[in-house]
Amino acid sequence: MPKQWKIKVILILIVAAAVITAGIQLYNHRHYRMLLTAGPGVTKVHMLSDYCSGLKGTMADTHVFFLKGKEPGGKMLILANTHSNEPASLLAALIFLENAVVEKGTLIIIPQFNNSGGRNTRPGDGYPLYFEIQTSWGTKKFRMGNRDASPLDQWPDPDVYVHYPDKQLLSFLDIRNTNRTWPGRPNGALMEKVTYAAMELMRTEKVDMTVDIHGAETMFPVTNCIVAPEKAIRIATMTSLTLKAREGFDNHVEPSPSGFRGLSHREIGDFSDTLPFLLEAPLPFLDQPTGPKTVKLLLDGKDPFLLSLAKKNKLFVPYDESGWPMENRVGQHCSAVLELLRQFSRKSPDRSIQVKNVPRYAGIVKNGVGYYYHNPATINKKDLYFN
Amino acid sequence: MPFIMLIYYIITAYILAMLIWNFIKEKKSVNDMLLYLLVMIPLILRLLRVK
Repeated sequence: MPKQWKIKVILILIVAAAVITAGIQLYNHRHYRMLLTAGPGVTKVHMLSDYCSGLKGTMADTHVFFLKGKEPGGKMLILANTHSNEPASLLAALIFLENAVVEKGTLIIIPQFNNSGGRNTRPGDGYPLYFEIQTSWGTKKFRMGNRDASPLDQWPDPDVYVHYPDKQLLSFLDIRNTNRTWPGRPNGALMEKVTYAAMELMRTEKVDMTVDIHGAETMFPVTNCIVAPEKAIRIATMTSLTLKAREGFDNHVEPSPSGFRGLSHREIGDFSDTLPFLLEAPLPFLDQPTGPKTVKLLLDGKDPFLLSLAKKNKLFVPYDESGWPMENRVGQHCSAVLELLRQFSRKSPDRSIQVKNVPRYAGIVKNGVGYYYHNPATINKKDLYFN
Repeated sequence: MPFIMLIYYIITAYILAMLIWNFIKEKKSVNDMLLYLLVMIPLILRLLRVK
């Protein structure tokens, strides 16, 4: 065999070994079955494909949990993991799922809204594939996802994403972003089907309010806030003021821009009777000028480069040596959702929603997030869902 | 399969064929051989629909 072909064969073997080794890890990540524990408040479980048949059998289909109270009232939908690299949303939704008991009205929870994105990663940024939360009974393992749906589930991307129905031109990548594909359509791209299914859920179930939970960079101005359109801004403002006064953390209000299309806080309100809210908590992991994207950074939010930038007033949130721990972010989300419920119920007593057993900010900061997750070994198997 | 996706698969196959041709024709530069192989990876996975 000529020398050049010996080199070529060796190179092919090295590349094949690297591809197979990485491929196995990525395959296992994509197919890792994450445990969702339904708490005592869960009364029925649907799949999102029940509202749009085009999702059936795809990686985008996901669980929809209903927690119905004994008394009739209003309905709230909680969307988490719209961006699966913002996991405080998932952790907050799971606290609701495992602990909430609804006394009046109905709570609907979709913990993994962009299920395909939850099975994606960002190798170029060195994202960890998993992270773990400590509990009193051991560790609870979660898949770390990406902002956009996996190209394995929706491909090819267009050169320019033309938003439906407004025809606004958006970045090509945003066609896989479930916070740019609202209100969606039943015959569109897979992520448009996901948001269409959620719109159908809101319209058929007559959902009063929807909370879409996110995390944002500390260097991004729309962080640590509640985003709401005109029709929901009063409730958002009352929530923000009450959280600051009673619980001592900032969560300012940002108006939803009417000229930027495809976002949940804009399109849900425009295409249904539901009041939309979007929650953002600071997430240093997402900032660009940080050290390595480790699980530690994800969980404690401590980074020396951000600290240096904070001293130069380059961040939009207070930042010191304590970072932005996961407990604070999850605590903020839980308190904000509970306060939105309270403010809505005060404004619309005939559609009020009353929820108990969900911890607030101070409790989660004190006890940690894992304190509120139950040991699956002690749970009835019918209440365990794998996704 | 939608028409657009079919076109993308044809483009993928064409670029992959060009890369394989260049890899075969390359005689000296090990760097270029490695480069061709690395660029081929996503194209092969897409064409074979390996998820």
